[in-house]
Amino acid sequence: MTLNAAITGVGMSDIGRKTGRPAMIHLAEAARRALECAGLTKNDIDGISTYPGKADNSPGMSPLGTGEVRNALGLKTRWHSAVPDGPSQMAPIQVAAMAVATGQARHVLCFRALTESSSQTASQRASIPGAGRARLGGWYSYLVPANAMSASNWAGWMAQRYFHEFGMTREHLGLVATGQRAFAQANPAAVMRTPLTMEDYLGARMISSPLGLFDCDVPIDGACVVIVSAADAAKDCAKAPLTIEAMGAALGSQETWDQRADLTTMGAHDSAADMWARTDLKPADVDVLGLYDGFSIFVPYWLEAMGFCGHGEAKDFIAEGHIGPGGRFPVNTGGGQLSGGRLHGFGLLHEVCTQLWGQAGGRQVDGASVGACGMGGGFIAGSMLIRRA
Amino acid sequence: MRPLPELTPENTAFWTGGAEGRLMIAFCDDCARAIHPPQLVCPECWSEKVESRAVPGTGTVYTYTVNHQPWAPGMAVPFALAVVDLDGAPGARVTAEVVNADPESIAIGQKMKVGFLNIDDVWFPQWEPAQ
Repeated sequence: MTLNAAITGVGMSDIGRKTGRPAMIHLAEAARRALECAGLTKNDIDGISTYPGKADNSPGMSPLGTGEVRNALGLKTRWHSAVPDGPSQMAPIQVAAMAVATGQARHVLCFRALTESSSQTASQRASIPGAGRARLGGWYSYLVPANAMSASNWAGWMAQRYFHEFGMTREHLGLVATGQRAFAQANPAAVMRTPLTMEDYLGARMISSPLGLFDCDVPIDGACVVIVSAADAAKDCAKAPLTIEAMGAALGSQETWDQRADLTTMGAHDSAADMWARTDLKPADVDVLGLYDGFSIFVPYWLEAMGFCGHGEAKDFIAEGHIGPGGRFPVNTGGGQLSGGRLHGFGLLHEVCTQLWGQAGGRQVDGASVGACGMGGGFIAGSMLIRRA
Repeated sequence: MRPLPELTPENTAFWTGGAEGRLMIAFCDDCARAIHPPQLVCPECWSEKVESRAVPGTGTVYTYTVNHQPWAPGMAVPFALAVVDLDGAPGARVTAEVVNADPESIAIGQKMKVGFLNIDDVWFPQWEPAQ
């Protein structure tokens, strides 16, 4: 059960905090690197896809839409899409896969560009939905006005319930944070590369209990590009195509962060189950994982959603060392968003692809040939399995 | 400055019921399902006979978090946010700030009662311990 779609190139800009560089400069750099990776030129690109499109709903969240990128890079496209609503930050890649599989385009440039770090000020934090608006609508209008302003709060109450039901402790989440930092130390592109000990983790200030500073990902400036190509067109590219084996986008609960009947699960569970229903591969076939870590607590949720361990078992799975350096199911080997910087999932997929191409340097997982990627937290979720063709 | 919700046909009862001290929740008249956040059409049976009515204003803490980060200028921290399963509205929860209690004293399973904070034309539900 394979889609007629493949990933043929990835590129990431030099990311950083308060870079002062405009989003378009980051994007152009990422696009140049992705084209080089794929062995393509800009004239080969005939589709463009992004999440969420140009958006001003939070500072620096999404300063570029498809139109200005098409103009700036001189692209002549046959198909374009921007997806604010969809299966998470992965939506533009899933939509692109469907576009190339149905012949709408041959090579789609999928991008995420943001300047959340530079756009934060004393009075404007990144990722506060609706910031600056007089009146709020939509699902977050039941949360933000109640001073549940940040996803840190929403993830915090999920974590609190999970801790309550399954006996997870902050030390378990500390293993996620310190493990990913250890990976980041072997990734020259990661923004946080100084050693992080459990003592550092536990001693850091609380953000929204039980989540502290190192449970939260790091706002950055940067861009990432993933090129999705039709299966036949992918054969002409520089690298072995990474075939999209299966995708999942299911969501069976309300689009809010507080009404899902069981908040020890999230949209990831629906999405991942649907992905596995579309492939003969099993979790045991997976070599490397990219799991959304906007907050550390999402990693155990995604592990359970994807079936790497049972419901409520992630704390033991993590404590047994399966997901860190040297583990059987290494997660976020580039440092993830907790240490690598928040590229809204694109960075996680970039890392999985880099691993499958055997180009991850000192953090390379030997013989990695199948990767799983899950993006999103709360009700937002997209899942994808990719493998070396 | 606390952002305010826009008032719509489906949510006005919820946001203004506090003026009379009432926590108003939408229910389907045909299948009796509680609907929160409120909707114009019942998501269960698609009935348009959705009406809001007062519930007891009590409930049980399903989960909570204590927020320590000032997300906006002037935000006083720490404070607790409680996600409360409502008495009289099975399946519906209301998330709100906790007042009149030490934020660190809140616990899952705790009984809460509602109060309201009025700003402009909105009455925000707030939770406090029932005892």
